[in-house]
Amino acid sequence: MSDHSINEIQDEIIDEFAILGDDKESTVFYIMELGSNLEPLDDKYKVDSNLIKGCQSKVWLDAELVNDRLVLNADSNTDITKGLISLLIRVLSGQRLDDIINADLYFIEKIGMHNVIGSQRSNGLASMIKQIRLYAIAYKTKIQSQS
Amino acid sequence: MESNSIKTYTGIEKFNPSVIREHFPILNQEVNGKPLIYFDNAATTQKPDVVINAISDYYLNYNANIHRGIHSLAEKATEAYENSRRKAKDYINASSTDEVIFTYGTTDGINLAASSLSKAILNEGDEVIISAMEHHSNIVPWQMVCEERNAVLKIAPISESGELIYEEYLKLLSEKVKIVSIVHVSNSLGTINPVKRIIEDAHKVGAFVVIDGAQAAAHLDIDVKDLDCDLYAFSSHKMFGPTGVGILYGKRAVLDLMPPYRGGGEMIKEVTFKKTTYNDLPFKFEAGTPNIADVIGFGSAIGYIESIDIKSVLEYEQGLLRYGVSKLSEVEGLRFIGTAKDKVSVISFIIDNIHPFDIGMMLDAGGVAVRTGHHCTQPLMDYFNIEGTVRASLSIYNTREEIDILAEKLKAIVKIKSK
Repeated sequence: MSDHSINEIQDEIIDEFAILGDDKESTVFYIMELGSNLEPLDDKYKVDSNLIKGCQSKVWLDAELVNDRLVLNADSNTDITKGLISLLIRVLSGQRLDDIINADLYFIEKIGMHNVIGSQRSNGLASMIKQIRLYAIAYKTKIQSQS
Repeated sequence: MESNSIKTYTGIEKFNPSVIREHFPILNQEVNGKPLIYFDNAATTQKPDVVINAISDYYLNYNANIHRGIHSLAEKATEAYENSRRKAKDYINASSTDEVIFTYGTTDGINLAASSLSKAILNEGDEVIISAMEHHSNIVPWQMVCEERNAVLKIAPISESGELIYEEYLKLLSEKVKIVSIVHVSNSLGTINPVKRIIEDAHKVGAFVVIDGAQAAAHLDIDVKDLDCDLYAFSSHKMFGPTGVGILYGKRAVLDLMPPYRGGGEMIKEVTFKKTTYNDLPFKFEAGTPNIADVIGFGSAIGYIESIDIKSVLEYEQGLLRYGVSKLSEVEGLRFIGTAKDKVSVISFIIDNIHPFDIGMMLDAGGVAVRTGHHCTQPLMDYFNIEGTVRASLSIYNTREEIDILAEKLKAIVKIKSK
């Protein structure tokens, strides 16, 4: 489980991207490298119910509740999208449901992600975040109805 | 009609890309801090300043609706509009301006052809042939009319190199075939189809032939009389002209068979609530106020191509293509998709273990614009069993130095990925 808060991790990422400076080529290369390093998702999770489909890239996102934390596993057919996912996983996976639901994900704007990935991919990123929040809300509702 | 203040280019005797580049103001910029390298010409070409100036000249000096007005501006606008039609007629060697219909682009032209021609001649059980390398724009309109008229759509297969398997095409031809609609040059592969022969063989069984010329018009010398095609559709924006304009050429006898496609102003002779009679060609197919400014810009684009001589363009692009193929062959794991003997300057490829989308994004970050994905030819991608390709499509303002940069960047991407 994550020892660091969502905001602590966001600040780390902002610092890392600051080193890359304004050079878009190195930023995109870095995101792709992050993507290459993301553990591939087991095929059993690559099912349609976990699929978020964009124009050119597919994303599979699975979320499970471990103790009171949401654990995220995800994959994509493109490395850049995997890189973006890996950042979201780093920030949100292993966090408490309420923290995820209420998170202000300021790192995306701070690292200039919109400029790097363009508006279409930004929409894709937004729908991934939305999906993660929906998982958190769904688990919270389930817990409340059980108690 | 171009006012005297507008620059025209004449007398470029020897083809010189650095002179050509000066005609395209947009190329002189940086993207993401790197000089722009524009390799997405099959999607749309850039526009020379003569075209941009012709459009702004129209809006600045003689904007008026055409054909019906009696005042001087309307007269001037009509003359400029019809002058573009004459230029287009000469460009494709049509017999008369009556055979040159302005559309909104190739897709619009094919929809007009499919909808109207099928009403005239396509009946239940008849067959329409297209090829396996068609753009969605030359698939979907025919699926729609075949469904509507209970006709059958047949697909002429292609080979691994991305060429039509001619014997298989011949086998499909029979008395049942009423229409053959085929792409002149494939947008995804660059393959140049042997359309003259395709047309000749289709005519032997009495079929009409529609040619999708979207990718051919800027790269080949089009002669509709020599080809003997019945209908030929192409777009302005892929040949240095503005978007939103195209041409549907049709033989007069074929266009006369075809009922109007859209109803409205301009396409009528007389309207009563009981019965409307239609205008003569080409106006029968041009309902409503057309895209006047862009038609005028298109005329200017044709003038531009003629000023630099299409034959020297062809030669230059073929040289670029050969150079590009040889440079990109140096990239580890790169495989070309579309290796036809006759090709225009389109280089489509994939690289082992790297998604085309990743390649496109990384090239863009370095200022290089390519296209990635299925290029609106999903059935073709299915045939090659790939999700998509990276496509670098070259034009007259591209250079060998730009190709060197592309090759270098691809090598760097492969290196990072293999780390």
